[in-house]
Amino acid sequence: MIKMLAVLPCLMWETSGSVLSLGWIDSFIVGVYFVFVLGIGWYLMRFTKTGNDFFMAGRKMTAWIAGLSFVAANLGSLELMGWAAASYQYGILAAHWYWIGAIPAMLFLGLIMMPFYYISRTHSVPGYLKLRYGESASMLSAVSFGFMTVLMSGINMYSMAIVMKVVLGWDIHFSIWVSSITVMVYVVLGGLLSAIFNEVLQFMLIWLGALIIPILGLMEAGGWSGMVARIHANFPAGDYTHLWGPLGSFNDNPMGIHWTGIVFGLGMIISPAYWTTDFLVVQRILSAKDIRSAKLAPIIGAGFKMMVPLIVILPGLLGLALIPGLVGEKEALATGAHSYNEILPLMLARYAGPGLLGLGVTALIAGFMSGMAGNVSAFATVWTYDIYKPVHMKMAREEGPDKHYVKVGRWTTVLGVVVSIGTAYLVQQFASIMDYVQALFSFFVAPMFGTVILGMLWKRTTKAGGFWGLAAGMSSSIGMWAWVRWYPAALKYIALSEHAKDMAENMYRATWSFLIVVLVTVVVSLLTPPKPESELTGLVRGCTDIPSEGDMLWYKRPLTWAVGIFAVFIALNIIFW
Amino acid sequence: MSESNLISIWFFIGALLFLYGLVIFGANIVEMVSPDTGSTVILHELHFGVWWGLLLIVIGGFYFIHFRPWRRKTG
Repeated sequence: MIKMLAVLPCLMWETSGSVLSLGWIDSFIVGVYFVFVLGIGWYLMRFTKTGNDFFMAGRKMTAWIAGLSFVAANLGSLELMGWAAASYQYGILAAHWYWIGAIPAMLFLGLIMMPFYYISRTHSVPGYLKLRYGESASMLSAVSFGFMTVLMSGINMYSMAIVMKVVLGWDIHFSIWVSSITVMVYVVLGGLLSAIFNEVLQFMLIWLGALIIPILGLMEAGGWSGMVARIHANFPAGDYTHLWGPLGSFNDNPMGIHWTGIVFGLGMIISPAYWTTDFLVVQRILSAKDIRSAKLAPIIGAGFKMMVPLIVILPGLLGLALIPGLVGEKEALATGAHSYNEILPLMLARYAGPGLLGLGVTALIAGFMSGMAGNVSAFATVWTYDIYKPVHMKMAREEGPDKHYVKVGRWTTVLGVVVSIGTAYLVQQFASIMDYVQALFSFFVAPMFGTVILGMLWKRTTKAGGFWGLAAGMSSSIGMWAWVRWYPAALKYIALSEHAKDMAENMYRATWSFLIVVLVTVVVSLLTPPKPESELTGLVRGCTDIPSEGDMLWYKRPLTWAVGIFAVFIALNIIFW
Repeated sequence: MSESNLISIWFFIGALLFLYGLVIFGANIVEMVSPDTGSTVILHELHFGVWWGLLLIVIGGFYFIHFRPWRRKTG
């Protein structure tokens, strides 16, 4: 999501006419996919009776299923297409969002944070905040998360409908209604279990549909070295094939970013904030069957995440080598040329024959639906457990029966989809809403990370410290954003350079808001009485017995897997330095 | 949730990939026998669809058979 936020605006086509044309075999493949996902939802309905089944998939998932679902919920079509376009525009620099912008954070989640989420038996991230800080902080995070998640879902839906219009010539209303109703039906029927099952299926389809491009692309370009040689010949002035080399100064690279922004802003704040506290992805891990699986799932997810540049970044680079001359959106509109935003479908059209084209398009649709199901199922859980249930209990003065909350969860799923559809149409009328909603979403991510991480690792953090730290972080983030909008010269204070681009501004704003959360939380906590340690059991490091893995075979330990993944991550950065 | 009766997700994935493999393999065999002269697909002489279809059949077939629900564990 956090990556998609940065590139989403560049996907807003206004052109008409389609890039691809499907034959009947391709249409059959797409149609079978819809039948399958609905069939899976219908089949799983019988296994979804209790709240634990509906909202937590029964907490029965293996590490592999939870890990694949964790990555798939993030691997939306807009992300696929957006980052393929970004790699055409910026070169291999875009891979930072998959490597330093994901891997260390995912390993950190698995090794350090997951034991507390899992042992506390929370059903959500706001649920953890309720256990740790009480209802105020929980409600603040639940309302902001729920509201923004469902709005983002609508924005994604509209963006995807535009993509389908441009790529396939599909009617916008058809795309919005068919895809959203399909997601709604299978999530209403089978809850998180259905969402996870379909996400794993979608993950496989995304890979098998998209992998065609890098394989054939490399064959055409003459392998990696042939591709690099062609890029250098096509763009002698730019460096598109090095990860760290051009990051010595803001002006040496097309992203307008310095390595400190990538390492500290992206690697240490934005990425951990998203991967460890965004409930959309964390919910998948909470469905794991035991603590080892819960720790291992994000580590397995990190392994697959590390490979995603093969199907996202490499197609963009192959585009630079094989079809130079693609232009930005404005120029494309003016001249009728193809835009680099179309790079993925263009490459698909270049290589995919009968059936393969249908598989590739199914991969795009699967990506969209996995992202939307992630939004909707997370929204249903947070709304039902963290917003509705406390209010209902206060009014009814007792906890309702489990069946009642399952029913509310199903209706909330419908509500979430309806609001998403409404948002999609609203965005169609008022495009600027999209910028505001994306900005709003980014306000909450970094402060949440500060609040959760302090709560987990520092037992002195108090209820008041948690709430006021989170509130200060969110409001300061909003304040910094507004300051730059009303007084553009403020950019040099927020982003340390008046030349900083939007992406750099986001990173620095996230860093400042995180530091403000930490500062306010620490100061308020030191001034207020701490919770007794007995109330922190299962929630905080130092007060929680984490099961030892000493009796486990070394190759089954999550730490062993994490070390292996981290070693590959380091090697990749050195190879592509 | 009665986990013992739940069909593995890998079975569904196997079934879908197997079906896709058959369709893609078949369509590309037809394409190989009577090629579309107006095709703009690059490297079409490699008949990649045939190989990709076969790959899907193998992967899908493996998952379909290995995770079939009618195979009961003993002991």
